[in-house]
Amino acid sequence: MKKNDLYLIAGILLFILILYLLLHVFKSEGSRVVVTIDGKEYKTFLLNEDTVFTIRQEDGQWNTFEIKDGYVKMLEASCPDKLCVKFNKIHYNDETITCLPNRVVLRIVGGEENDIDAIAN
Amino acid sequence: MNSKKISLYGLLIALAFIFSYIESLIPMPFALPGIKLGLANLVVIIAMYGIGVKEAFVLSMVRILLVGFTFRDPSTLLFSFAGGLLSWLCMTLLMKLKMFSMIAVSIIGGITHNIGQIIVAIIYVNNPSLIYYLPFLLISGVVSGALIGLLGALTINRLKKIL
Repeated sequence: MKKNDLYLIAGILLFILILYLLLHVFKSEGSRVVVTIDGKEYKTFLLNEDTVFTIRQEDGQWNTFEIKDGYVKMLEASCPDKLCVKFNKIHYNDETITCLPNRVVLRIVGGEENDIDAIAN
Repeated sequence: MNSKKISLYGLLIALAFIFSYIESLIPMPFALPGIKLGLANLVVIIAMYGIGVKEAFVLSMVRILLVGFTFRDPSTLLFSFAGGLLSWLCMTLLMKLKMFSMIAVSIIGGITHNIGQIIVAIIYVNNPSLIYYLPFLLISGVVSGALIGLLGALTINRLKKIL
């Protein structure tokens, strides 16, 4: 291990810390969850309405998710790796649950700026 | 290419292949694809230092192709190639600088592998918010890269004679 290595590692860790802070400082609570399949919008749900919904695709693939107490969680899926089911529940703006094999993304949207829009309207 | 080289490449590819298999048997408690030890990268980095960067590149690509069709879904090939290509490129550059040890080179390999994968993932599912996972993936890349680099540094001196 050389001295240069330590500088490099310290630099990388500092970079990660700054990146983390930048990404999370502006975090705000969301109001809706948008379901996209293959990048195309499929359906939008309100976070304050508890529900269990199954997304069914033409090729037979499916994902079941739950909205409870404002949090979204993937319950079951037909994908082989089941990574999406292991995701933690999401609640904040721009948080996502992704199922890459089924190309399904659940994404939280609509924080404070949308409330202001609603008042303006 | 003489027979010694042919058998050596075969051996190294088989080793990287088996490492990937072993790794696929270890369940990961994390939900993020890309958080793993990267045992196969041990073979790649040893080939890089012990044989040459071009040979390490071929080894890495052949391994990804084999593993993609056997233990993983072929749809993940794109991610693996992106990660493998970017990390090979960055490791080669850092190695040629001769300013850093194998541990630093391996760490750079680990994090650029994750960066490459997440860039492709963002484009593939058209979802820029995947960038939120980058800090976690990078931490994972630093830890696993350091471990692999340490193992590599311990192994390479003992292997120098036969490579």
